[in-house]
Amino acid sequence: MSGQMDGNLNIEKHEYTVFEDNEHLKRVKKKKSVPPIKKITKKRVRKTVRKKRVLQDTLFTITCYAALSIALLVLLFILGTVVEKGLKGMSWTLFFENLPAIGMSGGGIKNAIIGSVLVSGIAIIIATPIGVLAATYLTEFPEKGVVQSVVRFLNDILLSVPSIIIGLFIFALVVKTTGTYSVVAGILALLMIAVPMIVRTSEDVMKSLPPNLREAAVSLGVKRHTITFAIIYRSARKGIITGAILALARIAGETAPLLFTMLSNQFASYSLFKPMANLPVVMYQYAMSPYENSQNLAWAAALVVTVAILGVNLIVRGVFNRKPKKIK
Amino acid sequence: MMFKLITKLCALLIVVVMGLLIITFIWRTLPTLTGEGFGFIWGLNWNPVTNQFGALTAILGTIITAAIAIVIAVPFSFCIAVLLTEMLPEKLSAFFARVIELMAAIPSIIYGMWGLFFFAPFMALYVQPWLIPVMKPIPVLNFVFGGLPIGVGILTAGIILAIMILPLVTSVMRELFASSPYLLREAGYSLGATRREVIMKILLPHTKNGVLGAVILGLGRALGETMAVTFVIGNSHSVFQGLFMPGTTISATIASEFQEAFGTLYPSALLELGLILFVMSFIILAISRFLINSGKRG
Repeated sequence: MSGQMDGNLNIEKHEYTVFEDNEHLKRVKKKKSVPPIKKITKKRVRKTVRKKRVLQDTLFTITCYAALSIALLVLLFILGTVVEKGLKGMSWTLFFENLPAIGMSGGGIKNAIIGSVLVSGIAIIIATPIGVLAATYLTEFPEKGVVQSVVRFLNDILLSVPSIIIGLFIFALVVKTTGTYSVVAGILALLMIAVPMIVRTSEDVMKSLPPNLREAAVSLGVKRHTITFAIIYRSARKGIITGAILALARIAGETAPLLFTMLSNQFASYSLFKPMANLPVVMYQYAMSPYENSQNLAWAAALVVTVAILGVNLIVRGVFNRKPKKIK
Repeated sequence: MMFKLITKLCALLIVVVMGLLIITFIWRTLPTLTGEGFGFIWGLNWNPVTNQFGALTAILGTIITAAIAIVIAVPFSFCIAVLLTEMLPEKLSAFFARVIELMAAIPSIIYGMWGLFFFAPFMALYVQPWLIPVMKPIPVLNFVFGGLPIGVGILTAGIILAIMILPLVTSVMRELFASSPYLLREAGYSLGATRREVIMKILLPHTKNGVLGAVILGLGRALGETMAVTFVIGNSHSVFQGLFMPGTTISATIASEFQEAFGTLYPSALLELGLILFVMSFIILAISRFLINSGKRG
């Protein structure tokens, strides 16, 4: 009994000769003066290795926190710049007067705001039903066919195609054919951005509904489209609306597609077949101009757009994006 | 039956639009395609006055800026994604994830204006006057980090792009890490591994396809980004002369020159640039989609 104990203790107490590192080994081989070799117990070896690993772990953790802090700092800087410069360009006339000519002082961005609201609004009103119906086809009619996977693939591609490509496409197709920049062309370009987004979010929401919802309805002999309208859409309503509003927030700030399709118009025009002023293009043109008046106006517009988009995002994600209650 | 048909039509609309897009691009670029053929791509001269449209400078500029963006953004995204999924308590992590998502919601033109009015002067005043003399005696780096301290340029554009793709790459990586099984981590910790070891030696190898997909997705986004780059790149058609010199990208060329493009060849050349960009991003997105899906399954 006691012998066994001794054996165990001996292993713990046994002294190993450990070369600290390669450098030490080299010095021994070259017969240079060698610092006294430390006799290290197994326990101490374990401790130093552990120390190194813990140190690495701590450094890694610190790096991660630093990365997040830097990202947040950049975000703060961006928002800070927008607020600071935007407030400088703010004036009482901003919301009540039309655009001044580039370089002129005074005026406001009334017609640009109306233009932006009009195109984004019309685009989203058309895009939502198309997107939801397409998503319905993808989720509610599961067939073994290539159509659905092709549609899903192309939708993903369309979702992340550079928006300038979409602008060029509508320019080549619509603007070239009709011979004029117009609101309609702008709406078509925004549709191509909004529809894929809505398809994706609606599909995700409808897919995540519990299958027993559908099963219960089918077992009662309810017709297909009734199931979709009365049960699926009703249950997925929040998610679909969230997706549509976020798509609206996204297209409200899109510049590149509007630049080649709707352009801008310094004069207040409300015809659908003519160019119309809109916030993103106005921001682009006025910020690029060398005049400080115009740049200030662009910053004021930037503040309006940023506050609107971030506000919508915060509200929607806060209100609608709560975790859905689990159906037991 | 009727209902199914309607939904099918809506779904097929996406296919039709995509087909129309490709057909339109090829149809409208026929003047340059037949006139200059594929020699178009390999030319270095971009001179609208003499009807010379070599796209190589713009293509190189696009690739260089996107590469800079990836090199800067990916380590940040990885660290933030790890922090959000592995280190922070659930509520804090959800909060910060939402804040990072807000970064993605800011329109790209705001990034561009911020870049031009805040970040470019910052680079010109504090970074470049310090970095250029430091790099001067070193043979290769003095060329790479050469140029004039004017703020706008390729590096500035790359950094702005990095800021813009950071939320996208972060959120894809976060989803990947969150969806990988807990068993793996528990096994690692039970063997006495530290958190860093679990993340770098278990989690990262397990999700490597997906992570690569996220990186390529970020690359795709960086290639096509327009407005932000147009503001800060300086738009000059010159072969790479250093990170601090102005350059151009495909999208910046299109955005800044389209309004002035007259004649048949000029707009058609710009459209062909667009076609090249489309093909590039199409291939990259297809690869990244494949990788991310296989990463989620595996």
